[in-house]
Amino acid sequence: AFFWLVSLLLSSLIWFIAVKASNPQDEPLQKGLLIFGVMFSVLLQEAFRFLYYKLLRKAIEGLVALSEDGCSPISIQQMAYVAGVGFGLMSGAFSMINLLADALGPGIVGIHGDSQLYFLTSAFMTMVLIFLHTFWGILFFHGCEHRRWWEIVAVVVMHLAVSGSTFCNPLYVGSLVPSYLLMAAAAAWAYLLSGGSAQNLWRFLLCKS
Amino acid sequence: MITFMNNSDSEEEPCNERTSLMSAESPSVPSYQDGLQASEAGEAQAHRKRRTGSSRSPNNIADGEMSDSGVPVRESTLENEEEELTLKYGAKHVIMLFVPVTLCMIVVVATIKSVRFYTEKNGQLIYTPFSEDTPSVGQRLLNSVLNTIIMISVIVVMTVFLVLLYKYRCYKFIHGWLILSSLMLLFLFTYIYLGEVLKTYNVAMDYPTLFLVIWNFGAVGMICIHWKGPLQLQQAYLIMISALMALVFIKYLPEWSAWVILGAISIYDLMAVLCPKGPLRMLVETAQERNEPIFPALIYSSAMMWTVGMAKPDTAARGPSQQMWDAAEDGRENHRSPSHGDSQMSETRSPVPTRPITSLEELEEEERGVKLGLGDFIFYSVLVGKAAATASGDWNTTLACFVAILIGLCLTLLLLAVFKKALPALPISITFGLVFYFSTDNLVRPFMDTLASHQLYI
Repeated sequence: AFFWLVSLLLSSLIWFIAVKASNPQDEPLQKGLLIFGVMFSVLLQEAFRFLYYKLLRKAIEGLVALSEDGCSPISIQQMAYVAGVGFGLMSGAFSMINLLADALGPGIVGIHGDSQLYFLTSAFMTMVLIFLHTFWGILFFHGCEHRRWWEIVAVVVMHLAVSGSTFCNPLYVGSLVPSYLLMAAAAAWAYLLSGGSAQNLWRFLLCKS
Repeated sequence: MITFMNNSDSEEEPCNERTSLMSAESPSVPSYQDGLQASEAGEAQAHRKRRTGSSRSPNNIADGEMSDSGVPVRESTLENEEEELTLKYGAKHVIMLFVPVTLCMIVVVATIKSVRFYTEKNGQLIYTPFSEDTPSVGQRLLNSVLNTIIMISVIVVMTVFLVLLYKYRCYKFIHGWLILSSLMLLFLFTYIYLGEVLKTYNVAMDYPTLFLVIWNFGAVGMICIHWKGPLQLQQAYLIMISALMALVFIKYLPEWSAWVILGAISIYDLMAVLCPKGPLRMLVETAQERNEPIFPALIYSSAMMWTVGMAKPDTAARGPSQQMWDAAEDGRENHRSPSHGDSQMSETRSPVPTRPITSLEELEEEERGVKLGLGDFIFYSVLVGKAAATASGDWNTTLACFVAILIGLCLTLLLLAVFKKALPALPISITFGLVFYFSTDNLVRPFMDTLASHQLYI
């Protein structure tokens, strides 16, 4: 969570500088800067995910060295999951919390002509992002562990795609549907990578031992 | 201040126990009605002692099975195990500290957001005489710096006063001082707080009910804090007291002064704990010389300590008063110290037979515990509360400061595990908190607002 926060800080610093240095009246420029800011932020987040991976790797080595039986009490997959959850929670919290606070007060959604589904779609979008961050964490760490660069690239591309799809808002079909599809794909992929299989799932669903 | 009980003065006492993480407070928090109370040094020491006790036990118990192996092997494996156990317990202690700090912050933020009394400007403490209502920025800055200087010097004076009192064994005076401050805190501040909360929610309460409620709350609090009580009740009282104190600070410190004071106090904490002539360090060393478990007060303890009472947020000098009560327990204390002695299994074995069950139990309870000074609680909550009160970005800033402080706490505990000596708990957390507050408020907020208005997600 902290790492995500730092990445957000740096990316907003860049955006802020860019905005201050440019003409505030120029609408397309502002929009362009915003797009640039978003993309840059996504890339920075992934970079920080990588840095976090490096840090955790070192930590695991330390734990292994110290433990009695040569294996660390927490595996890299668990750490990947936790890292993903941390990133997701932080990003979700930052996206939603001001909305929630405002939702407590009086008001009418979309009175100025904006979409009336603003809160609903924000909630769904946040949820899908949190899930995605979790899965991306697992995929990313797995890719780093086994030196499969294409997995890492896939995660980055997915993240860019999801963020980019939100530019279609308020045309919610353009953003929510692809995001959910991507989430399902990422979920299945992460599940397979973590050692699950269709058999396991079937057994679990049928409550077999 | 955080002390890693491990080797607070391990240089002097090679057979000293390992200590678990412990934090002592930063220097005293003045109460604006009473005198000032001095600092945590005592706590640090108390913590240290306690920690030492605590962290020893797991090691000893773990070593129990290994006691039959040869001595040199035992030594090295002991070292190793101790290290590993230290780290394992270090991680557990981090979690044990997260919960109370988070609770305190939640209470403060919830109050700030709902009760308007604490964000209204109704005057200032006498410790910050310069007003900030000046037209020019330079003047305002100057006033806040002057306020900070006055506040910090008051704190330093009180700390030194406390150290002197402790050195010359004026325990009764310290004891009385502590009782008075805790009385005031538990009764008066609670009364004000309750009054404001009732006003906010427009709930009517008659005086007899109010008297009953406050009397019970205060009396139980005094008992829990100065004597014995259930652990969770003690912890809850400490958290509430820290929150009350933090709220007082948030209300009565002017804007810029609050931020400058936060920065200055973390620098002071750093110096007071680490410099050889620092008051906190001297207090710790005096306590070590006398081999007394000083100042159990003013410390949040997550494990039951029979011999010490609870801490008081704004007084540091609880320790000696505790000592008076702990006279009966001293025997047990002393028993515990050698049993927490470092290397030899034999050492640990010998005290045990005389008091087999009780000391082991106490060891168990002690060792699982972690101690953090209440001043640390207070200043963390002041930072987060101020962020909630004054930031226009509202919740994002508050959340960012919260995460920053917790990460700072983690890092401090990690450093503690590495250095194994007393460390101040404030600097890293407060630095992170300040950095994140100012950057989130000014940089992240416009970005997030723009994103939210276009409903973009990153």
